[in-house]
Amino acid sequence: MTHGSRVRVGALSRVEGEGGLELVTENGMVTEARLDIYEPPRFFEALLRGRQYTEPPDITARICGICPVAYQMSACAAIEDACQVTVPEPIAALRRLLYCGEWIESHALHIYLLHAPDFLGFASGIEMARSYPGVVRRGLRIKKAGNELMTAVGGRSVHPVNVRVGGFYRAPSSGSLRALVPELTWARSAAIETVRWVSGFDFPVFERKYTFAALRHPSVYPITDGSLVTSTGLCLEPRDYDEHFTEFQVPHSTALHSVLDSGVTYLTGPMARFALNRDRLPGWMTGLACLDGPGPARLDGPARPDGPARPDGVCRNPFASIVVRAVELLYACDEALRLISAYLPPDPPYVPVPAPADQACGYGWSEAPRGLLYHRYLINPDGSVADAKITPPTSQNQRAIESDLRDFASSRLLLSEHELGHECERLVRSFDPCISCATHFLDLRVRPHD
Amino acid sequence: MAVPTLAVWKFASCDGCQLTLLNCEDELLELTARVQVANFTEASSAVIEGPYDVSLVEGSITTAHDAERIRQVRAQSRTLITIGACATSGGIQALRNFAADDLTGIVYAAPEYIATLRTSTAIADHVPVDFELRGCPVSKHQLLEVLTALLHGRTPQIRTESVCMECKRAGLTCVLVAHGTPCLGPVTQAGCGALCPSVDRGCYGCFGPMETPNTASLSRRWLELGIREDGVVRAFRAFTAAAAPFREEAEKHDAR
Repeated sequence: MTHGSRVRVGALSRVEGEGGLELVTENGMVTEARLDIYEPPRFFEALLRGRQYTEPPDITARICGICPVAYQMSACAAIEDACQVTVPEPIAALRRLLYCGEWIESHALHIYLLHAPDFLGFASGIEMARSYPGVVRRGLRIKKAGNELMTAVGGRSVHPVNVRVGGFYRAPSSGSLRALVPELTWARSAAIETVRWVSGFDFPVFERKYTFAALRHPSVYPITDGSLVTSTGLCLEPRDYDEHFTEFQVPHSTALHSVLDSGVTYLTGPMARFALNRDRLPGWMTGLACLDGPGPARLDGPARPDGPARPDGVCRNPFASIVVRAVELLYACDEALRLISAYLPPDPPYVPVPAPADQACGYGWSEAPRGLLYHRYLINPDGSVADAKITPPTSQNQRAIESDLRDFASSRLLLSEHELGHECERLVRSFDPCISCATHFLDLRVRPHD
Repeated sequence: MAVPTLAVWKFASCDGCQLTLLNCEDELLELTARVQVANFTEASSAVIEGPYDVSLVEGSITTAHDAERIRQVRAQSRTLITIGACATSGGIQALRNFAADDLTGIVYAAPEYIATLRTSTAIADHVPVDFELRGCPVSKHQLLEVLTALLHGRTPQIRTESVCMECKRAGLTCVLVAHGTPCLGPVTQAGCGALCPSVDRGCYGCFGPMETPNTASLSRRWLELGIREDGVVRAFRAFTAAAAPFREEAEKHDAR
């Protein structure tokens, strides 16, 4: 790279949304790395004011077409908290099943169509299909299994119609869910193949010291609920969130940034969930990825020191997060099958949720495919929403992504502009950023310090 | 004949309509063998310069920059098709069009960094559009029909009748007549497959107004069912709030 020149290096693609990257260099060092998010803001929190408390699940689903269920589930949790209603276990289990469908759909999309082409040198999953048609067809079929599960439970996969505050409009029949078993069983096997496949990719050496934040549930891997735990030792309930996490605005982004107590940059998402909850996964699943200690060699060959295998079983290389995502894909297929085998249609499919007698605030969260999604609603006695706050995972991860970019680019300034741009784009893509959520799309500029 | 080029563009939106294209899992690879995906940022890093034979446009216009960008997209697109409620009506974010105040200050502490228009508007409000495909999100069957029709040089066969017709064909019991459930199906364009009534829920209008909807008559029925005026306003002022027939019906009931 020419030292001190101002460069534009194309656009970041294969992410959901619109944003850019800017690196500022000084004396051969990267002094600033910014994730510029210029996705046009859509003002959801403001639009919710004055709407009825029954509406946020449908309205906030429209924040993101890739993870609408996450919005619906976090919204329901927060609203039910304000109204002091707890849904019975069969309804909670059906929510978890719907959410498994979204994890399968979203993770399969990212692994096969957005992320894997980076490791194999293709511009897209579609182009990759010309050389590896079987692999891409496998990915599409897994994704379809997730979408079909969402359709069976939610009515459709993008913006499901069957979710309501208190439960579901109609419980799917046992037969309609059992009909999914053969395809989900296939998807589960295909997910095992996926873990093996991505474990064999070449990962750039880039170990990070992340502060992780993820939900943790007493018995299962966290999807719909749990306490929020961090690698710094916090254990929080939803109503504690605002006390410990601060959102603030920066000039270069239409998505608010977020930090933990006293300004600590943290990471949410698959790597955080896995780091804090891998004991909730069956040992054979973690072992498959060879992320679980020095143990046996990777199934596709010997473990390499620069691969995802770590002595403590924690993945701290964002490039290797594709392996974690594949393990979660496998878990979601496995969990969906378990939930279907235990399924009895909840009767009634929802519990009544009356508006609070006095103005009340409710807090809720869940693990979106990309990480923690927090909602808070203040609800008036007439049922209208007085105030809403929504903190999506990508907005929480912006600072960690910028910090990674700074260090990653610093050691690669000798690369050509084109190569540096390409490598930085890969790094950002590793986080599966959803800029539609955080507000969308990336073009890289490297400029010298003014 | 050369393989036609396809570009997919995003404006203010949730990505759900583009995702619907990627959700055509069984057809995607066959489709991409028949068209050249020339510009689809969400799915591919490879960009081929325009002009393009077909552009699919998702999202609404909410910034001055995007108002200019859509003119550039139009200029390099032989056929421009808008997909989804945002692109065809302004989407849920068009609720800002009806807010008394500028909303930037509610979401952002420093509104001066945020460059945005006061309104969210449909693509057709800015440039000529060759075909509008409705839905929040669009139906993948309808999307494939539009693309197939284009490849064969015929008009897409998309019905403009109401959701009621789909309900009847599906043999569903009318939730409005039989259960007294408020339903927008009689004035909403078909295409979803009567999804909401199939789960015992009233249609909430995400495909927008049908051709010549009788919204006044439906509002009267809702009021008879005990829905308050503000409930009628919220129903019409939702996912396609800025579509003229729904916008006008909401205005009739607003602040009565």
